[in-house]
Order: sequence, then structure tokens, then C-alpha cells
Amino acid sequence: MSDAHVATVDQAHAHEAHVAHQFVNARQQYESGNLGMWLFLQTEIMFFGGMFAAYGVYRAWYPEAFKIASTATNVPLGAFNTVVLIVSSLTMALAVQSAQLGKQKRLVWMIILTMLFGAAFLGVKAIEYTEKWHHHHVPGPNFIWEKEGGREVQILYCLYFAMTGMHALHMVIGLGIMTWLLIAALKGRFSPSYYNPVEICGLYWHFVDIVWIFLFPLLYLI
Amino acid sequence: MTDHSAEVRHHVEELNYLNNGWSWKSWLLTVDHKRIAILYLISITVFFVVGGIFAGLVRLELLTPQSDLLEPETYNKVFTLHGIVMIFFFLIPSVPATLGNFLVPIMIGAKDLAFPKINLLSWYLYVIAGLVGIVGIITGGVETGWTFYTPYSSTYSNGNVVTVAMAAFIAGFSSILTGLNFIVTIHKMRAPGLTWGRLPLFIWAHYATSLIQLLGTPVLAITLVLMMVERAFRVGFFDPALGGDPVLFQHLFWFYSHPAVYIMILPGMGVISEIVTCFSKKSVFGYPFIAGSSLAIAILGFFVWGHHMYVAGQSTYASLVFSLITFAVAVPSAVKVFNWTATMYKGSIRYETPMLYAMGFIGLFTIGGVTGVVCATMGIDLHIHDTYFIVAHFHYVMVGGMVMAFMGGLHFWWPKITGKMYDENWAKLSAALVFVGFNLTFFPQFILGYLGMPRRYAAYPEEFQVLHVLSTAGATVLAAGYLLPAFYFTDSILRGKKAPANPYNAKGLEWQIPSPPPTENFLTTPVVTEEVYAYAEAKEEKALV
Repeated sequence: MSDAHVATVDQAHAHEAHVAHQFVNARQQYESGNLGMWLFLQTEIMFFGGMFAAYGVYRAWYPEAFKIASTATNVPLGAFNTVVLIVSSLTMALAVQSAQLGKQKRLVWMIILTMLFGAAFLGVKAIEYTEKWHHHHVPGPNFIWEKEGGREVQILYCLYFAMTGMHALHMVIGLGIMTWLLIAALKGRFSPSYYNPVEICGLYWHFVDIVWIFLFPLLYLI
Repeated sequence: MTDHSAEVRHHVEELNYLNNGWSWKSWLLTVDHKRIAILYLISITVFFVVGGIFAGLVRLELLTPQSDLLEPETYNKVFTLHGIVMIFFFLIPSVPATLGNFLVPIMIGAKDLAFPKINLLSWYLYVIAGLVGIVGIITGGVETGWTFYTPYSSTYSNGNVVTVAMAAFIAGFSSILTGLNFIVTIHKMRAPGLTWGRLPLFIWAHYATSLIQLLGTPVLAITLVLMMVERAFRVGFFDPALGGDPVLFQHLFWFYSHPAVYIMILPGMGVISEIVTCFSKKSVFGYPFIAGSSLAIAILGFFVWGHHMYVAGQSTYASLVFSLITFAVAVPSAVKVFNWTATMYKGSIRYETPMLYAMGFIGLFTIGGVTGVVCATMGIDLHIHDTYFIVAHFHYVMVGGMVMAFMGGLHFWWPKITGKMYDENWAKLSAALVFVGFNLTFFPQFILGYLGMPRRYAAYPEEFQVLHVLSTAGATVLAAGYLLPAFYFTDSILRGKKAPANPYNAKGLEWQIPSPPPTENFLTTPVVTEEVYAYAEAKEEKALV
């Protein structure tokens, strides 16, 4: 019983209101939250990584079919969506900065703007999916490919829907998180001494954005 | 120091984490890592029983050469569900979610895990996964084997593949969140003075396990999603008829599932390190090597998955590399075994129940590990692939290793968790039954496999019957060994002697707080000034007194 001496140090720190009971101080909470999100993003990389690996394998197997298939995607809409997402990342970054500087009004507006851009992305994605549905380019028993190589092309469309679908699901979850963030921001929960949730949600948002930055060229351009 | 801790003990005697609230809500909505550990302990025990019943059915069917007790298709379902329940619902959460949940914050001097609510969410995800799995079992079960190989799972199986795979998918997220919580907690919440070099080896083992959970599990998740999509919408990610590659499924599946094998052993190794050093009254031999070998196993473990596919059409050169890396992973495992035995060498060993389990672990894990090297040899694997040799090999690691470690750890920390002592004689009898029963069950299976008995068959040629009867007899003894704790642990809770704070004179922060611990673990943050496992110093102190 000799190695646990009593530390009176942390008793001196009165617990600040936003520091959860398990943490010693605000700094520990801040670092834990950030590390937690970075680790979560690692799992997300591995999650999407499985599909990128499958993409790599089939691209190596069927390079010609993939080239033909990507010409049938709607590049202008995809490019538009890419711009929309990059701008949403900018507004997200500005939201974090607003929280750091304690600019409450700007924080609220930046979150709303980010959400609008996110919703716009999903809307455009829905248009693209409908288009594919009408052209019978959705994989499954109803898949029709007029030109040659339909079997191989269908694999690319499987990947297209799996990857963009999983990405869209992450966007929907992101919008849910942003709604929560917006409510908290309207209640004035964030301040220059406590903006960690905004920063963490921002990390998630940027990650989903970066996934798209990889998806767009792989599925639309090459 | 002494008078202060006496005062602490007096102060909290009335209030600890167990009697701090009796309502259902105080348990089901708790964010206390200790209570969540108990919730996990109860739920994994339920699944251990379920998985055990399936195992019993398998062994009963194999008592006779004909397929008589179960239809072959039912038999396929039974062994599949045995595998899925035992792996996803028992072994993976076994030590981390129960002992790990309870001990990780305490061992590092923290009040709780970094994200207590996420910890509770993990348990709920586990329970939801369990319920989905039970629905899947009741509405038809699944007969694909726990590996869900395509295109059988995605196209031809008549079972309820999507529901059961969904259960494994959800359970995966529970596992990811536990791992994430542990890593953040270990990085950010260690008490002052508790440097990386002073961390208990239990913590190192959980750190390595968490890395695998974090990086491996999501790959399984997406693989199962693609398989389920393929089955539900008849598209062809892995279906060769539609241009897909079934071996790609195996690659993605084993990219998680081989590291997952280390999720199912590393925490057990952490438990054994604690027990061996405590009951040898000696500082652990080669601390940095045991700690480092956990990380080495976790890292190397990610590059050996191809050894499951020597006969699946993988290129010979790829197999060669996978074979070599698999040999390499045996090195850190062996380092641990040597260090444990070296720790015991010239120690003052006490043969109490946890130590019996630990010694059983060392012997059985060594057999399981060495036969693993045999399986990793490409030429020999052609002969023993998909035979009972493989079944025996991984049961020696999973049951002889992990379950022994879990039982050892449960006995070791039982007084801390419940505040009660158990009956040592019954516990020793149970440990002996488990050891004998285990060997009787699984050793004959090495011979069966070597002689050519394939796994996953309900019927077999008559010449194999003697060995199968031995195995089934062993399973009966093993079951008796596992049932005994149900009685003496219940007795311990109801009538057991009150446990002191440190019944074994063990080192480590968890033994310096009362048994059972107060809800906040430490009333004041401890400061660690001593090296880890300072048993030698303790002896000298005693000598001076």
C-alpha cells in the first residue's frame, strides 16, 4: 500500500460546469474527445477501405469495362456536387473558428449553411440515382446494358451504388449530427473555453467530404 | 498512508458501486464502467450457455458414425450457430468487456472510461445484436459456417443469413466502441506517475486488443454489408456467375477475422501476466518484452490472413509470404510463454485457483500455438486443411487459452468485483475438471484430423468412433467443470466471507481500493511512485519488519 499517495492537486481545481465527472480537467476532456474522434475516423477509413480494395481488384480485372461504365455517369452533376461539398467544408471550418472566437451568431449561420450544402448534395445525388433507375443501370435482375461487357459493367455499378450509397448514408448521419449541433449552438452551449463538440463534428464532416474527393474521380472520371 | 486508507475504507464501507442504487434504472441506465461490466458478464454468460448447448448437440451427434440425432442440415446449423455465438457473443467480448471494462479505469487510476455513455451504448448494441441473432436462430438459423463464405451464403443458403449476419455486424460496432474507449482512456487518463513503462501488462494487452478491434472490425462490417446486399438484391460483388470474385470475400473476411483471433487471445494473455506474477510473488520477467510482444502480435496479426486460403486458389507466392509472416507471429507468442515460465522460476508459487487456471493456460496455449505453426506450413496444411486438426488447434487457443484465462481472471478478481470470497476447494476442483475435460475433448481431435476426419460432417466412417466417443466423454467432463462455478459463485454472493481489499497481497491500483470499489473508484486521484509489479521490494519490506 505504498504507491498511491493522495493528490490534493486536482481537488483545488473546482470542476467546471462542462467538464464531465470522469475527467480531471477541461484539457483532459478536450484531448480525449479529439483523440476519440480521430480514432473513430480510423475505423471509418478501414470501413470504406474494404470497398476501395474491392474497387482496386475489379478495376484490375476489368479495366476496359470500367472505362466504358464511367462514361455513363453524369459528370457535370458529380462535379457540381464536389464543389458543393468542398464549400460545405469551408463553412464547417468557419463554424469551428466562430465557436473558438465566441461569435455565436456566425456559428449558427455557418452550421445552417453547412447543412444546406449537405442537403443540396443529397438532393443532387437523388436526381442521379433516379436517372440511373430510369436507364436500368441499377444492378440486379433489372439491369440492362445496351453495349458489350454488361456483366463486368454491372460490377462497377454495384461498387458505384455501394460506395456512394454508404457515403450518402454518412451524409445523412452528418446532417443529424449537425441538427444536434445547431440546437446546442442556439442554446449558447459553446464558448471559446468549450467548443470541442463543434470541432469534433467538423472532423467528421471533413472526413465524409474527403471520401467523396476520392469517390468522384474513381467512379466518374477514370 | 496506512491510516489514511483505513479512513477511506471506513468512509465508503456503507456505499460501494453495488449498493449505490437498487432500481432497474440504476443498472440499465448506468454509466458506471463497473456496473456495465456486470451487465456484460451476465449477458455473455447467457450466450456462453447458448453456445455450449450447441456444442453439446454437436458432440452428441458425433457419438455415433451415422447422422441420427440431427438431420445433416440441422447439424450444419448447430455447428454454425455454435461458432457464431461463441465467437461474436462470447469470446470477443469475454475478457475486454467484463474484466477489461471493470479494471482498465481502476488500474490506471481513473474514475471511469473516457466515454461512459458510449460504453453503455456498446452494451446496448451488444444486446440488440444478441436479440437480432436470437430472432435469426428461431426463424430458421443459418448453415453457412461462421465464416459466411460466398457464394454459398449470398446465393444458395436456405438459412436466415441476412438476420444472423446483421447480428454479427451490430455486435462488431459494440466491439469497436469498446476498443475506442479503452485506447482513449489509456492514452489520456492515466494517473500522475503512471508512465507507459509502469502500466500493468493487462493494460498493454487491452491496448493491443483495442487496436485490432478498431482497425479490423470495420472491414468485417463492410464485408458483411456487401454480402447481405448481394443476397438481398441479387447483385454480384462476390458471385462468380455475375463476374465477382468469391476469394475476394475470403480475403476481406479474414483480414478482420484473423486479427480477431488475436482479439480472442491477447486480453487473456494480459490476465495471465497479472496472475502469474502475483502468485509467484515475483516481479514479472522481461516486462518490456511481454508488453512489446502484445503490440507485435497485434501488428503482425494483420498480415497473416492469407494462411486461411492456401487451398482457395491464392497464388503460391502470396501463400509463401503469408506462411512466413505466420511463423513470425509465433515468436512474440513464444516470448510471452518463456517470460511467464521465467517469472515462475524460483518464485514462491501459491497454487490457488487463479494460478491453476494460469498454469493450465500456459500448457494448453503452448500446444495450441505450436500446432498453429504446423497449420501455417503450406505443405502440411494441404493435408490437414478443413480437418479436425484445425478444429483441435483453434480450440486449444480459444478454449484452452482464452476461456481458461477468462475463468482464471474471473476467480482472481471475483473478490474485488463482488466483495465476497468463494470456496477455494470447489474452485480448485472445477479448475481440475476443466483441464482434464478439455484435454479429453480436444486432444483426440488432433489425431482424428491427422487421420483425415474432415470438419463440418454429421456422419463419419466407423473407424473414427472410438476417438469421437472419447471427445464426447471429455465434453461432458468439461461441461461439469464449467457448471460448478455457477453453484459456488452463487454461494459466494449469498453466503461468502467478506473479501478484504487485497486478499492476495497483490500489486496494482485495483487492490488498494476497497472490495467492492466505491462508485467513483478513487476518492482522490492516486499518484503512482512505484515501479510496476514491485513484489521483490514488498518481500524486503516484510523482512525488515
